[in-house]
Order: sequence, then structure tokens, then C-alpha cells
Amino acid sequence: MDSSEPSPSGEPDDRPAVPAQRSDQDAYLRVSDLRVRFDTADGVVRAVDGVSFAVERGRTLGIVGESGSGKSVTSLAILGLHDPKRTTITGEISVGGRQVVGLPDEEVRRLRGRDMAMIFQDPLSALHPYYTVGRQIAEAYRVHHPKANRREARQRAVDMLDRVGIPQPARRFDQYPHEFSGGMRQRAMIAMSLVNDPALLIADEPTTALDVTVQAQILDLLADLQAEFHSAIILITHDLGVVGQVADDVLVMYGGRAIERGSVQQVLRSPQHPYTWGLLSSVPSLHGDADADLVPIPGNPPSLINLPSGCAFHPRCRYADRAGSRSRSEVPELRPAGDDGHLVACHLSAEDRAAFYAEDIARVGVAV
Amino acid sequence: MSRFLIKRLFSATLTLFAVSVLTFLMFFALPRDPVSSICSKNCNPERLERVRDDLGLNDPLVSQYAGYMKGIVTGRDLGSAQGGRCDAPCLGWSYVTNEAVSDTIARVLPVTLSIVIPAAILWLLLGVGLGMVSALRRGTWLDRAAIGFSLTGASLQLYFVGAVLLLVFVYNLRLLPVPSYTSLFDNPARWASGLVLAWVALAFLFSAIYARLSRAQMLETLSEDFVRTARAKGLAKPKVYGRHALRAAITPVVTIAGLDVGGALGGTVITETTFGIQGLGRTAVDAVRSGDLPTIMATVLIAAVFVVLANVLVDLLYAAIDPRVRLR
Repeated sequence: MDSSEPSPSGEPDDRPAVPAQRSDQDAYLRVSDLRVRFDTADGVVRAVDGVSFAVERGRTLGIVGESGSGKSVTSLAILGLHDPKRTTITGEISVGGRQVVGLPDEEVRRLRGRDMAMIFQDPLSALHPYYTVGRQIAEAYRVHHPKANRREARQRAVDMLDRVGIPQPARRFDQYPHEFSGGMRQRAMIAMSLVNDPALLIADEPTTALDVTVQAQILDLLADLQAEFHSAIILITHDLGVVGQVADDVLVMYGGRAIERGSVQQVLRSPQHPYTWGLLSSVPSLHGDADADLVPIPGNPPSLINLPSGCAFHPRCRYADRAGSRSRSEVPELRPAGDDGHLVACHLSAEDRAAFYAEDIARVGVAV
Repeated sequence: MSRFLIKRLFSATLTLFAVSVLTFLMFFALPRDPVSSICSKNCNPERLERVRDDLGLNDPLVSQYAGYMKGIVTGRDLGSAQGGRCDAPCLGWSYVTNEAVSDTIARVLPVTLSIVIPAAILWLLLGVGLGMVSALRRGTWLDRAAIGFSLTGASLQLYFVGAVLLLVFVYNLRLLPVPSYTSLFDNPARWASGLVLAWVALAFLFSAIYARLSRAQMLETLSEDFVRTARAKGLAKPKVYGRHALRAAITPVVTIAGLDVGGALGGTVITETTFGIQGLGRTAVDAVRSGDLPTIMATVLIAAVFVVLANVLVDLLYAAIDPRVRLR
């Protein structure tokens, strides 16, 4: 995401939003000031609160955050998979130049699976237990290729199974998900999502449910397929190691807001937000001091119904006092930090951040 | 699969054997003399004794039971007082109606089948349909109406619903004839018009359970990950709901349906009594009342066969629906 600083724009809400960057005009996916609200019995959940980003074809954006940070909700909003009765979505989601927010469900449905596809976290529960793997892939193909007959769809599915590295694809076609191993199931899931050559692929924690040895294979496969199909990929994860392995750009979310954004080198090598520091120091490292303890982030993720005032991270931030009362009263905006295109939403001054980082984090050693 | 069937056949035989022995024992444990109802008038002790001898009731229980079972398998000679030779499967000679029990069964079994099978189709369609609709339209007036309907059905009794239906459609509006049984093959229109009220009454009461069950199942299935996957593929709603959600939601419904239908085929006493139709259920109750051992045995065994068959069928259907189920 090489771009200049954001330009302010007219904004009805109390906070200015960060619009998509200028050079993102040709990006395949553009999300600007996305807000997703759920009306629940307990109150309004602001699951996503003014998030903007863009992904070009051939690039991978990693969205990072704890559970409840809004990363999965963002992806479901892009695919239009929310219950429209209980969800309010505002802002812009442009997929291949088409504005998805507010589009009739039938038109979004035609985009789903064809122009944008999704890989889910747990392939065992995401695949239908009663249908063969091949049939589910062929079905995904035939929805968007109504003229294809059964044999063509089967052939296409077998080709895809072969492409994602499943041995004996023709025989595997007729097997059920429970007859596949975890890694094979995720490969099948990837085959299903890519069967229509989507330009945008959203992978929601695609390796979390898998063995560590299989994780790397799946990530490699995704990278290979991206090179081949030249698709834009959003990789949602809480695992910064995964991000470091495959992402080009990183978006860190907290409490439904974007708190840091930049290239993978920028965010992982010179992280600017104390929350990102926390994420990094809670990852075990092979390179740092072996005796150094992992440092968990104190406290729990915030309630999205009743978000802390000001900077949502302030109750868990060691440095909140250094920004004075602003951290409690004022929501920090995403602002340029350091290198070109690196943005952070933090009240601390750049000098303070550099000092704290050098003092408390870098010295201890950070993973990735 | 064939191993499964052989195993189930074996256990079914055991079940039926146990049922028949228990029925036999319970009959003789009853504090009444079956013969007394046979010759109620002009009875003297000698005559009673002769009748008892004719019926073989003086033989040891074991040989009576063996004789009865032998009759089912190979047929037997019942003696001139009971119609002579009785071919297999011989269910004996009724003490009361003076005919072969197999003839009685051949007359009343089609009646019960005619009541239960169409009613079951109706209640399954209605129940699952209502459950589906209210799950998909959760929280709307349609959902509330369906819940209200099923609550009403679940809390009413068949003799009440039946009586109301009779009063309205037969006696007041005169839209339908007084319920009676005509063979489907003789006159389909009269078969249907004579039984439709029984179907409706049964379907109304039974569909209530199915509506609630399938609504709950459907709501649970709709939140499953694979339903989200189906939507993420771009499938249209009818396919998402019909092909992906319904198939997973239907499994427990199949179990309950198998047991309900199997049980109902053994006799729908209250329905038959309410509508004045002589089926298996009423025949069984009449036989118990008059101490007609051969008819009791036959009706109980047939009911047991239906329940056992229904269970096997449920297992087969389960395996057909869910590929993870392996029949062993």
C-alpha cells in the first residue's frame, strides 16, 4: 500500500474518516469508511467502525487483530453475508468497480463465488458433511456457469482438486469431507473457492484449525495460486507469523477500528502502535533471547457495545497516561507515521513512540 | 450393509418372540375365563369344559404356545369346531367372531393402513413445511401463527378435534359422508371422502410436534458454517435452504417420524373409535375386552412387526441421509 497521506473529507459522524488512498483508484477492492452495526437485545454492536483499505490484484493484505476486533465482520460485509434485518452497513465497498453496499442481494449473490470468494477457518464445519467434496466444488462452478453440464463441472472440479495438490483427484472427488484429513479438507476448500477464478479471495484464519506442519503448506499453496491467478487476497488472522510469511500489506484492527496500517516491513519491523507492539511481544521468537518471557497484553478485548471512550485501547495501554487526558476523550485518527504510507492511530508523539519502542520492546526482542 | 440387515433381522425375531411370550403369559394371568364369554347363555360346567378342551385351553401353556407358533410357521389343524385345517401363516380361530383370525386381519389391516399412511404423508408435509417456513421467517407474524397452530395441535385431543370435524363437515355442512371405509381399489373417491376427516384430525395433532421440531432443527442448521459456505458460493436461497440446510435439519425428524408411523400402524384406536371405523386398533381392543386370545396375539404381533420394521427403516434412512453413518 504505497500511498500518500489521507485527505480529510466531509463526514457526518463525530470522527473524520480515512478515505481510500489516492493511488488505490485502480485497486480491485476498495473499502472506505466501512461501518457495520448489529442491533442486538443488549444494545448496538459497532463491530466495524470506520475502516478503510484497498487491495490490488496480485497483492495480499493481512488483517490482524484479536477476536472481536471486527476483522471477520469486515470480510463477511464484503461478501454481503450479513443478515440484512439486523445489520446496518454504511460506507463504501467497491469490488472491481462495483459498489456492493446497498446493492440488491440478488446482484451481490452473483458476485459471490465468482468475483469474490472466501475460505473459512474450519474446513470440517464449512464443508457440508452430507455431500461429496467433488459435488460441492462442482456445485460452486455450476452456479456461475449455468451452461456447463454435469460432466464439464466434474472435470473442472477434478482439475481444481489436482491443482491444489490433492492426489488421485478423480477418486477423491467422490469422497466425503470426513474422509479427508484436515489439510486436504482445507485444500479442497481452497479448490472450491478458486473454481470460478475469483479476482478477490478472502481467507479467514485459513490455517488456524490445522496442524503447524500443514499450515506452511497451505500458505505456500495460497501464494502459488495467487501468482497463477493474480488475485487479490485478504488474509484474516491473529497470527503475525502468518502475516509475515505471505502478506504484502498489514491492517491492524482493534475494537472495530483500524489502528495501524502499512506495508508488512513497516508494520512488523517498525511497529508504531502500542497494541501492535503487544501483539508482537506475545509471539514466541526463535531469534530473540530464549529466556525472555512472552509478554501478554493485559486485560481483555473491549466490549463492542460499550467501547472505552477516546482511544479504545487506552485501558490496556501502558503508555496511555503519557498522552494525557486525550487518550480518554479523543478518538485518535489514522495519521502518517514514519515512512511513506505507514499510518497509525495513536495520541503519543512520534518521538515518545520511538523512545518507548526502543526502550521496552526492541530490547527484549520481537518475533517475526 | 447385508451384515447389518441380517443382524437386525435376528434381533427383530428375538423381539417378536419376546413380545409373543409376554402376550401369552399376560393373557393367562388375567383373572378371567376366556370361555365364559363364548357361551354366555345355557352354560353348564360340562359344556364349558368341552369348549375349553376344543380350544386346547386345558393343555399345558408351553404346548399351547408351541402349537400357536407352529401354526404361524407351518399351519395346523384346529379341529372341526374351528374351521378345520388352517394354512400357514395360521393365526388361529377367533373365539368370538367365529372366523379365521387371518380373515379378520385381512379385513381390518387395510383400514388402518388407509388411515395412517395418507395421514402420515399429510402430517409430515404440513409439519416440516410449517417448521421450515417459521424458521426462515423467524419472528414474523407467520412464525407466530405457525407456533400458535402447533401449540393448539399439541394441546388438543383427537376425540375432541374429531368430534368437531364430524359436527362441522358431516352433520352441519353435509360436505362429507359419515366416515366409513371403502377399499381404495373399489372406489378411490369414496375411500378418500370416507377417511379424509381422520387424516385431517391425525395430521393436525401430529404435525404440531413436527413443526416445532423442524423449526428448532432448521434454526440450528441455519447457523452452521456449511450454510454460510453455501451462501458464499453464490447459491440462491432456495438451494441454500432446500439442498444444504434442510437435508441436515431433517435427520432427527426422520427418527421421530419412523417411530410415530410405526406405532400408528399398530392401530389408531382413538381415531378409529372417534370416526366409527373398524381398524386394527379397535379390533385389538375388542379382542382384549372379550378375551379372544388368537386375535389378541395377532394384533399385538402385527403392531410389534410394524414398530420393528419402522426402526430398521429409520436406520436405513439415516445411513442414506448421512454418509458418516455406517451400518454395521
